[in-house]
Amino acid sequence: MSQKNLSSNSIQNHRVTWEGCSVLLDINDGDRLVFARLSPAAKLKIGNKNCSLQPLIGCPFGSLFQVENGPEGPYLSRFIPSAEGNKIEEKTDSETKVESRDNRALIDNNRAQSLTGEDIEAMRSQGARGDEIIEALIANSTTFEKKTSFSQEKYRVRKQKKYAPKVLLRRPVARSICEAYFKKYPARIGFLRVDTLSLLLSMANVSANSDVLVVDMIGGLLTGSVAERLGGAGYVCNTYQGDAPYSMDIVRIFNFSNEICKRIVRSPTSDLLSQKESSEQILQNEISMEETSLPSENGESNLDLENTNTAERVCTSGKAGEKASQDTMDMFKANGFSSLIIAAPEIDTWTLVNDLLPLLSNSAPFAIYHQYLQPLATCMHNLQVGKMAIGLQISEPWLREYQVLPSRTHPCMQMSAFGGYILSGTKTCST
Amino acid sequence: MLAIDSVKKISFNRCIGGGDLVIVYERHDNMKAVKVCEGSVLQNRFGVFKHSEWIGKPFGSKVFSNKGGFVYLLAPTPELWTLVLSHRTQILYIADISFVIMYLEIIPGCLVLESGTGSGSLTTSLARAVAPTGHVYTFDFHEQRAASARDDFETTGLSSLVTVGVRDIQGEGFPDEYSGLADAVFLDLPQPWLAIPSAAKMLKQDGTLCSFSPCVEQVQRSCETLRTNFTDIRTFEVLLRTYEVREGKMDSCQGVEGGSNESLPCKRRQCSDGSNVLSNSISPVVMARPCSEARGHTGYLTFARLKCLS
Repeated sequence: MSQKNLSSNSIQNHRVTWEGCSVLLDINDGDRLVFARLSPAAKLKIGNKNCSLQPLIGCPFGSLFQVENGPEGPYLSRFIPSAEGNKIEEKTDSETKVESRDNRALIDNNRAQSLTGEDIEAMRSQGARGDEIIEALIANSTTFEKKTSFSQEKYRVRKQKKYAPKVLLRRPVARSICEAYFKKYPARIGFLRVDTLSLLLSMANVSANSDVLVVDMIGGLLTGSVAERLGGAGYVCNTYQGDAPYSMDIVRIFNFSNEICKRIVRSPTSDLLSQKESSEQILQNEISMEETSLPSENGESNLDLENTNTAERVCTSGKAGEKASQDTMDMFKANGFSSLIIAAPEIDTWTLVNDLLPLLSNSAPFAIYHQYLQPLATCMHNLQVGKMAIGLQISEPWLREYQVLPSRTHPCMQMSAFGGYILSGTKTCST
Repeated sequence: MLAIDSVKKISFNRCIGGGDLVIVYERHDNMKAVKVCEGSVLQNRFGVFKHSEWIGKPFGSKVFSNKGGFVYLLAPTPELWTLVLSHRTQILYIADISFVIMYLEIIPGCLVLESGTGSGSLTTSLARAVAPTGHVYTFDFHEQRAASARDDFETTGLSSLVTVGVRDIQGEGFPDEYSGLADAVFLDLPQPWLAIPSAAKMLKQDGTLCSFSPCVEQVQRSCETLRTNFTDIRTFEVLLRTYEVREGKMDSCQGVEGGSNESLPCKRRQCSDGSNVLSNSISPVVMARPCSEARGHTGYLTFARLKCLS
């Protein structure tokens, strides 16, 4: 086997956090998801307490933290799980045996726990660790021993979430960002599910050295995901109707290097469609562009990056989404785009496709996302009638998660019933 | 297939040349990969196509046979390749493939390990995802299968991104030289649990693993083994439902003018043909419905992340 290239040398593949880095904090196994930017002053509110994010700087992604009570209040401390398995592992034997306990003797009268709220607060102020509080709760529960081992485990997990919350440091990448938004604010990303996003990227053949045209009205998630796949080679051009570019705020959650940010450009559709203009006209256009784009840049919301210290934003993604330079525009016009992805719930699909398809190079694939079937069906029909594309297909992904446990494997009780529709196809040569 | 050399990317200007791989498209369910060669011909139910007539035409062109039949010549992509490659094993299809790439967080520059190689359907997409600076090391214990896969990667122009090794990963594990270097590992093996300890050794901290298994018993056992070194263990099933679209002529019962109480307009249409029908009683509607046949199961995808211990 060849020995070359053994260490992965990605310009974006960070595995350790740094000051100014964007992170996704997963609190208590997905109960709460918070995007944050790490700085010594940044704080995270857990329960009713504020914890500094300073201890997270310089830690590997994937590390787990637990809230501990110190003399100066609660703080985040690195939690290293034991290398060899965990509680579930040790119990496998007993679990396969038939459970003899059941819940016939359990009565819901709210008297099972003899420890009061004041008792717990007193323990805390004396510096008791979360685990110690949980053990005390178990010791003082009159019903714990009568529970089945499954419900004992559930009890433990519930108390752990309350008294010893854990924070997992996740990498903000297309997958985690899409999943977090889908869970927290699905409307902001047009209800685009992660498997649907992955299909869009595949169907549009996104890879390094491609020039991808996108219509991204889902906050920049699409643009960012494409840029992630380009890895700094090729371009993603975010085009928009009218004068005001669509928001690309989500792009800044990715930890993109300047190299990658420079490859994220925007251009009004009219400019892409217009013939090559004289340089004077271009200059004028550029000036007016700057003016119109100002409000949207200033009015950016910081809602998603929950961070008390906004001034400290060492944003490496600052350059993302600048107007495409004339050279780049000329290149787009000369070569055509290598593919097209549309996620524009508010614009008529057929009108958009009819406008944009001529900008694609011959044999270029495209993928169009929509929450509703009809606009895609109409668009597909028109493309067929106009003989503009082949390999046309409307698909709807279906995703089901499973609980896998010894003797207790079944599909999860809750699932997302809908991830949207995709119209995909390949542009044919018109001549 | 990929624009590894940025100058050779598909563009308006780029035309089919001798030695190029093209996908000959007859219908959405009938395609074929062909290497263009000056003196060759392609023969199918539409007649004889001369390759020499293809050279110089842009990709995406419609070309005609001696009998006037036609096909389209498309630029190859991993998606099209999955539809035309020769099946030496059961292969992964687009829904699983795209989900695997996204969930394993594979991006340009990653080092990815795969076993088995099979027919190389997933491998082709892995290569696209790690290009231009990453690499895929894929292993199969079947010598001939590995050789055929190697030939295919030569044909698709991916050999600089993929290295195929002959090795029994369940028995021997991955080679030690990749210890701690892999960003992601993909397993499609009959007994994946045997390879999981080795996969754990290969992965970087927080690196991702995926195991594809058709049977739930395999998943059960893999998950038990994963709990030792991995976290974030999640099992999914992903499927695609496709839709057919057609334009239907629907009789409209409200569009009848005159408001007469005679027989129903629908009935009137049946007995009269064309000329007697009121022009506005029929409106073309584009309708969509799910195709009646679909793949009902491919396999379970189990993902996990190596625990971060230091």
